[in-house]
Amino acid sequence: MEVITADSARDRVEHVENPYMPYPVRIDEIVVETEDRNLKTYTLVFLNKADEEAFTYHAGQFAELSLAGRGEIPIGIASSPVEKGFLKFTVNKAGVVTTHLHNMKEGDIMGVRGPMGNWFPWDTLEGKNVLIIGGGFAFTTLRSSIISMLHPANRSKFNDITVVYGARTPGMLLYKDELIEWEKRDDIDMHITVDATDDPDWKYNVGFVPPVTEQKAPQGDKDTYAIVCGPPIMIKFTQPVLEKLGYTHDHIIMSLENRMKCGIGMCGRCNIGKELVCKDGPIFTLDQINRTPREY
Amino acid sequence: MPIVKFEKQNWETGLNKLRRAYRLCGPVEDKGFHYFKDLGEAELPDFGCLNTRLSAKGIVYPQSEDMFEYSLDETLDDHHVMKDVQKDYSPRIVLGIRPCDAKAVKLVKLNFDTADYKDPYWLRAWEATTFVGLACDNPCSACFCTTAGCGPYHEEGLDVLLVDNDDHYMARVLTEKGIRFIETAGWDTTGVDGASLIEERRAAAEAKIVSHVSTDRLRGADTMTLHAAGIWEDISFSCINCGTCTFVCPTCWCFDIQDEVHGKQGKRTRNWDSCMFPIFTVHTTGHNPRGSQLQRVRQRFMHKLKYFVDKYDQGIMCVGCGRCVSQCPVNIDIRRVCELMNDLPAPDACAAQE
Repeated sequence: MEVITADSARDRVEHVENPYMPYPVRIDEIVVETEDRNLKTYTLVFLNKADEEAFTYHAGQFAELSLAGRGEIPIGIASSPVEKGFLKFTVNKAGVVTTHLHNMKEGDIMGVRGPMGNWFPWDTLEGKNVLIIGGGFAFTTLRSSIISMLHPANRSKFNDITVVYGARTPGMLLYKDELIEWEKRDDIDMHITVDATDDPDWKYNVGFVPPVTEQKAPQGDKDTYAIVCGPPIMIKFTQPVLEKLGYTHDHIIMSLENRMKCGIGMCGRCNIGKELVCKDGPIFTLDQINRTPREY
Repeated sequence: MPIVKFEKQNWETGLNKLRRAYRLCGPVEDKGFHYFKDLGEAELPDFGCLNTRLSAKGIVYPQSEDMFEYSLDETLDDHHVMKDVQKDYSPRIVLGIRPCDAKAVKLVKLNFDTADYKDPYWLRAWEATTFVGLACDNPCSACFCTTAGCGPYHEEGLDVLLVDNDDHYMARVLTEKGIRFIETAGWDTTGVDGASLIEERRAAAEAKIVSHVSTDRLRGADTMTLHAAGIWEDISFSCINCGTCTFVCPTCWCFDIQDEVHGKQGKRTRNWDSCMFPIFTVHTTGHNPRGSQLQRVRQRFMHKLKYFVDKYDQGIMCVGCGRCVSQCPVNIDIRRVCELMNDLPAPDACAAQE
């Protein structure tokens, strides 16, 4: 059983094989996540069992989705290491590769390269309260994290788990069935919100993520960490809320994005200062980001 | 390390013997400039060349190279699955690489040979290559290698250093690969006590290099202070983002990965890229973290003179070959930028003095 392991797992094995070679995978299932049809979740199954075993990952990491003839795109891993036999990626239709991916069908063959980057600091978070704040479609690695943390082998490692997740409308929320399941549980404090809705049956919050965070999130202290993933505008207005709640910058954890090609720290474009978002990140504390040129 | 000498009149005979065991490349003239190329059957490297227009990096790291091939034909079992392409990693010798370019290969290796990942293309080509250097007795006017961690007789990255001495070459043999090079060529070599002569020649060559940079304060400087400094507007004002500096640079390693499809056959290639190009960093949303000319010029110099220095503690990511200085169409000069960066006071140092 895959459980969240110690930071010693960061000692990666040396990649003697070609790190540019994608593992071949088959698209097992495609789920349209949002009402605008712009987000789809792909369940991918490895063609070779040995590749699946080689692909050991942690919540917070990403992979390069590789489409022969189109190129590659770095996407956060939405499945959790506790989920076996497949990988999940939720992909926004935006550019050449993602648009082509949206036109593919179940059964099609593609590639996955990874896992890449660091992960949320699970060792540090052990024994702590964890506040997860997500917005829009930046909820993929957060889903991975929540699934991992709620797993029976892992739940006791954390104190209070609080989630604030918002989207523009109810139809734009990802993983709705799971959100509703988590709402019913008493070992996770869920605060789902939408910017606006005319649905009379909507029984959750209405409002932007920052004010909902201000009302619902626990106070910051040395034993409480916030993980924040969302669009820049959400992050901009959530940061002062967290500061007001008492979160210090080394207790605010974020996941950055930059244009990438290699994903292994060699092609040279995703750097912020001397840090490479693909290899030294994508997870940084706000304190680390403050000491780095804001080129993301 | 042993020093041997052999007569120049036997040079060609030796090269012909080497051709049987190695691919030979060296500087050859083409339309008024010299480039490193594979030598034809009877072709000799042109050692009269001061330095090549492009660096020698392309010998290990071609400007464009195939990584994988694949078929999109769904009637085939392995359609859409990437396959390795056949590549030539047979032994090769680069003749007449200048010490600056050889040192640069060593710096670039830091990027491609890491604890976590190994770039198989770069490393296999590097392993296949024997680097036969030619000491510089007539440095170019833009050279500043002696203060860029290098020098006209510098040996890092070389397997053999050749010194041109009238009717013969003195060869300082530095590695096992270098020994094999000398042996395979079968020159009638005699061991000589040439250390003092080479030392004299080195001193004379170094004295000819009159342009210098200071780098002593770069490591201690505060990254955010350098990044926010007021110098960048002036430095970048004339830049036209042509990318020439990055393409001619022996230490620039950035690349792009592209898919190309013809009919149902496709290949994945990698190509040199440049931080000078806006598309290098643009996000799919249109947001570009280095969307302005100032940001891109700053990235190039900060990478070479600060980020690299901090990350590896092996000096600057520049060997002072002077190519970017002499080939920049708008006269942006890394030597001046280096001085400006090095002269910015470090806030910590000031605070410590108080």
